[in-house]
Amino acid sequence: MIDLQLAAAEVFMVCAICVVLLVDVWLPDERRLLTFRLALLSLVGAAVCSAYYLPNGSVTAFSESFVTDPASAVMKIFAYLIVGLVFIYSRDFLMRAGLFKGEFFILALFALLGIMVMLSAHSMLTMYLGLELLALSQYALVAFDRDSPIAAESAMKYFVLGAIASGTLLYGISFIYGVTGTIQLGAIAAHFSQPGAITVPALLGLAFIIVGVAFKFGAVPFHMWLPDVYQGSSTPVTLFIGSVPKIAAFALAWRILSESLGDMHGSWQTMLAVLCVLSLVIGNIVAIAQSNIKRMLAYSTISHVGFIFMGFIAGTEDGLQAAMFYTLVYTLMAAAAFGMVILLSRSGFDAENLDDFKGLNARSPWFAFVMLMVMFSMAGVPPFVGFYAKLVVLGSVLDAGLIWLAITGVLLAVIGAFYYLRVVWFMYFVDPVDDSPLDAALDFRVVISANGLGLLALGLFPGVLLDLCARVIG
Amino acid sequence: MSALLTYVDELLVGLGVPAPLPYVVVTGIKIVVVLLPLILSVAYFTYWERKIIGWIQHRLGPNRVGWNGVLQPFADVIKMLFKEIVVPANSNRFLFLLAPLVSLVTAFSVWAVVPFSETFVIAEIDAGLLYVLALTSLGVYGVIIAGWASNSKYAFLGAMRSAAQIVAYEIAMGFALVGVLMAGGSLKLGDIVLAQQGTSLLSWFFIPLFPLFLVYFISGLAETNRAPFDVAEGESEIVAGFHVEYGGIAFGLFFLAEYANMILITALTVLFFLGGWLSPFAGIAGLEGTWLAQSGFHWLAAKMVFFMFCFLWVRATFPRYRYDQIMRLGWKVFLPITIIWIFVEGVLVALEVGPWAV
Amino acid sequence: MIATLLFYAFAAVLTVAALGVVTSKNPVHAAFFLVLAFFQSALLWLLIDAEFLAIVLVLVYVGAVMVLFLFVVMMLDINVEQLRQGYTRYLPLGVVVAGVVILEIVHVIWYRSQGLPILSVPTSHGPDYSNTKELGAVLYTEHVFAFEIAAVLLLLAIVAAITLTMRKRPGLKVQNIAEQVAVRSADRIRVVKVDAVTDAKD
Repeated sequence: MIDLQLAAAEVFMVCAICVVLLVDVWLPDERRLLTFRLALLSLVGAAVCSAYYLPNGSVTAFSESFVTDPASAVMKIFAYLIVGLVFIYSRDFLMRAGLFKGEFFILALFALLGIMVMLSAHSMLTMYLGLELLALSQYALVAFDRDSPIAAESAMKYFVLGAIASGTLLYGISFIYGVTGTIQLGAIAAHFSQPGAITVPALLGLAFIIVGVAFKFGAVPFHMWLPDVYQGSSTPVTLFIGSVPKIAAFALAWRILSESLGDMHGSWQTMLAVLCVLSLVIGNIVAIAQSNIKRMLAYSTISHVGFIFMGFIAGTEDGLQAAMFYTLVYTLMAAAAFGMVILLSRSGFDAENLDDFKGLNARSPWFAFVMLMVMFSMAGVPPFVGFYAKLVVLGSVLDAGLIWLAITGVLLAVIGAFYYLRVVWFMYFVDPVDDSPLDAALDFRVVISANGLGLLALGLFPGVLLDLCARVIG
Repeated sequence: MSALLTYVDELLVGLGVPAPLPYVVVTGIKIVVVLLPLILSVAYFTYWERKIIGWIQHRLGPNRVGWNGVLQPFADVIKMLFKEIVVPANSNRFLFLLAPLVSLVTAFSVWAVVPFSETFVIAEIDAGLLYVLALTSLGVYGVIIAGWASNSKYAFLGAMRSAAQIVAYEIAMGFALVGVLMAGGSLKLGDIVLAQQGTSLLSWFFIPLFPLFLVYFISGLAETNRAPFDVAEGESEIVAGFHVEYGGIAFGLFFLAEYANMILITALTVLFFLGGWLSPFAGIAGLEGTWLAQSGFHWLAAKMVFFMFCFLWVRATFPRYRYDQIMRLGWKVFLPITIIWIFVEGVLVALEVGPWAV
Repeated sequence: MIATLLFYAFAAVLTVAALGVVTSKNPVHAAFFLVLAFFQSALLWLLIDAEFLAIVLVLVYVGAVMVLFLFVVMMLDINVEQLRQGYTRYLPLGVVVAGVVILEIVHVIWYRSQGLPILSVPTSHGPDYSNTKELGAVLYTEHVFAFEIAAVLLLLAIVAAITLTMRKRPGLKVQNIAEQVAVRSADRIRVVKVDAVTDAKD
């Protein structure tokens, strides 16, 4: 296959973005739905490209700066799916808020392109460019609601901290380049597989890279931006940045830490373990004190990041599979959770507080049940898929002999279950604050129900996704 | 000219002068040979400007100093030299005096890469075209520093207008030059001219690159803050723009820089689009051997004079643009035109059509 | 010899300019120092035959970025005193961080001098060497993917900037230039034939 075929999905996405951009410019406001449809269509097209040009093994292209393998293809298709969910959940909310502009979809597609580039990066340069593509779209998305001062504030915080993190990552990359003389991930891995290659400058570079990775994941102590950004952006944007970019963060850690710096595993294992434990502790405990659902979910994200890190800490093939499984499951859960927050909003009213979930059962038993599935899955209650996700990462850590880490994880997961179950308690056992009926379009209702039921179905048959992860990665 | 320079070089080396010195001396001579006529041309350009605009407007123009006023520029220079330079209160003295120098240095230093004939150029550097772009983009600093250091709102407004305008038109200009370098296949100015060598003037770049040629020349008008884009001076609303606080020779230096820049734009237009020093009558039977068919500096000068006249002609003909219209023209008209034409040119190059046929 | 002298001269000015950027009280002066610093680094690049990078640094950073930067800085009335509040409070932390960074750099340099291979000074290429051509050849072949992604990044920056700043203000008077140009005299002026009043009729 020629290079362009290998990168067919990326090429298609760039062209699709340009088409959507041009079409949107000439559309009158009342026909803006066409942009939405075209954006969904480009996701479908990209999925077709990714599936059609699915490689058998790992193939590099463009002078080793691009790689495509089954794992990245699967994750890309998953990312299209989640972005599609984001678009469908966001549409009505954006219309009500007067934010239904083509730029939302275009920026989101740009971010998706960044994720795709990162998933297929085989050189530090392409990884960094993909990361910037993602980050820049996210900054703009956070500030998207221009009349909201809190959105501007959180965009500013995100931008400044994100720029520092990017700088740190670049600084680390420059150290690694200085030591190895190359930016290609394969060549870097080859360099470090020689005995005695792990030197002090290399470790220094590694430390900076870890900081960059931790920031993008939002791991403690680099998590400060996360709650503010989640709370400050309008809910569709929170939905977006809360779900898909975690796949990109996974790609960053996977490509750089596991694939190219895999031989330095002994060095970064401890660093990640510290980040992991801190994230679990801070994420789970601080979440209890939140009354704002977006903030609570932000802290819940931080704790989930701790679990994703566990897979990397194990450093085994099983661990990597577990981390991938956890990441994919997490994006599904996050999409459903924020989708529920959007569902509760009406024109002129943004559901933001936990109180808004009070008595949801009385208003709509079915959607209370969907939310119950999401919360149980996040808490790790069997038979929902979140349980299996936690199970496999903990299993991989145990296999690696880190019993203390597994015990910490279990303890904090139990503590964390409290605030998820509190939401359930609010929905079923507390009287509603307001009892107006839920107002959502049919496709929204169908998709979010499917999203919630998917968590149950994957929990009943976790083997499907687990096998897929096991087949493609490692 | 170059024979003389080679002679000087050999003489100095023969006298045993150590290594870099002969080169320095020869380059110094070249610089003098370029700059002195340039300054003289500026002087007479101003005279010519007043005369021509006078004639276009049915006036006589200057006619008191010397025969028909030919000594007028000297009278002006002497007047400016004897005037006091007033530094405004609460202004930054160092920056205030630095500004005219910045303008002048950037205006003069571009001439280093301008080839005057096939053999004569001060510095033949590979990235000549980029050098031209970089140095012309620095010219705006003179304006900005002058406007800010003057501590006057008129000067500041003029500087802001001028900076925005120059930055806007620089982009269209740069894109036009991308087209030129695609056609010329080199960044060296001399090579660009030689790439236009052909049977007749039909092989010059102004034909395949006609839109870029127009964009470049008009952007050149805007870059030098000339009418109809002279809102930076805007006598009617902001007095004289960024140099309102300058008097005496400090003002004179701004003046010199502005006119040197205008002459530079004409020289570059000729080099990029009209075959530089090449003769338009090269292939015509019966003219071989005469100076008309001979390529050389005289042809470069003749073409430059024509464009310098165009500068004045435009100034005497068109009313001033309104500021938003200037911005619109730069961003929404010129920029798309250049991008589209670069695309067209790329297709032509790829398909080897027209002048790119192998 | 001369190149070495020039290097030290440019490097000295560069250092002074960089110090000027962080120490000047007036932000406009700081911006001018930054311009000087860019210029000096461009000259340093010229010394190692990287004329393309040098010229592009001047063209992009000095010619465009800093002009826009100055534009903003000159318009703002920045109160430096306010910015300096808490200077002494954060000073110890800053000194510690700076110290750590200096230690690291010294350590790395020291470490590298202990038997690690040190890159020699690149040999100067002949006068036929074109840095621009070499860079172009690499950019459009080996790094073409990254190059295109960088272009997409710039497109995104344009989209993001327009998204965040362009507002259609209600009641804003705009001209439709195409419409204005398309106007014919018949649209604006009606030529009416009026019979002359003739008093001498009778």
